[in-house]
Amino acid sequence: MKRKLIDDAVLVKNYINGDENALSILINRHQQKIYSFIYSKVFDRDITEDVFQDTFIKVIKTLKRGKYNEEGKFLPWVMRIAHNLVIDHFRRNSRMPKFDNSGEFSIFSVLSDSSLNAEKSIIKDQVESDVRRIIEELPEDQKQVLLMRMYQDMSFKEISERTGVSINTALGRMRYALINLRKVIDQHNIILTN
Amino acid sequence: MAKIYSQDTSKHIKLNPKKETVDFLLNYSKALRVNCYKKMKFEALLN
Repeated sequence: MKRKLIDDAVLVKNYINGDENALSILINRHQQKIYSFIYSKVFDRDITEDVFQDTFIKVIKTLKRGKYNEEGKFLPWVMRIAHNLVIDHFRRNSRMPKFDNSGEFSIFSVLSDSSLNAEKSIIKDQVESDVRRIIEELPEDQKQVLLMRMYQDMSFKEISERTGVSINTALGRMRYALINLRKVIDQHNIILTN
Repeated sequence: MAKIYSQDTSKHIKLNPKKETVDFLLNYSKALRVNCYKKMKFEALLN
């Protein structure tokens, strides 16, 4: 027995009047054409799925809002919506190009996350506190110059003015401070690398 | 007998959306209500 096919226009009318099943029939009837049309443009199953979904969301909204006025031309209307959404997709992608990482060259081999992870952040804190402790062991004059130079970012001219010694003396104290720091680090086998 | 070198190209892959996509659309349709107030229309998702 041949089943009588209900016209799209009738199904659309029924759907607008509240028959949800009509939409199911319409989708089933046209899904392959619409889906294949989208796929023929984008060549990606996931994007096709998204565009297909967006197309019908637009169809549903338009029908429910009572704005549909193209009776008898349901499929061309849906195809036009799909076509416009495909264009939107390409416009969006041209503004924000997607890097295709499928080739031999991997972008991730040159890109790295510069922010520290939890482990590196802990190590960095430990190294910094170790350095602070070693600095505390330095003679007062050397410690003063080193703290001003490294932690307060002062120039040697400013340091000399602040401490009341010549620039050369400040430079010399800084040099001895670094030598002494290295000595302490070597003696105690302290590892200060991240 | 003539040799036919051309390959049969009538293997059409039928492309259809996933069942989940269609189900989502049907559920979305059921949940969507458009309320009219004077000349304004409001969409409400009753989920």
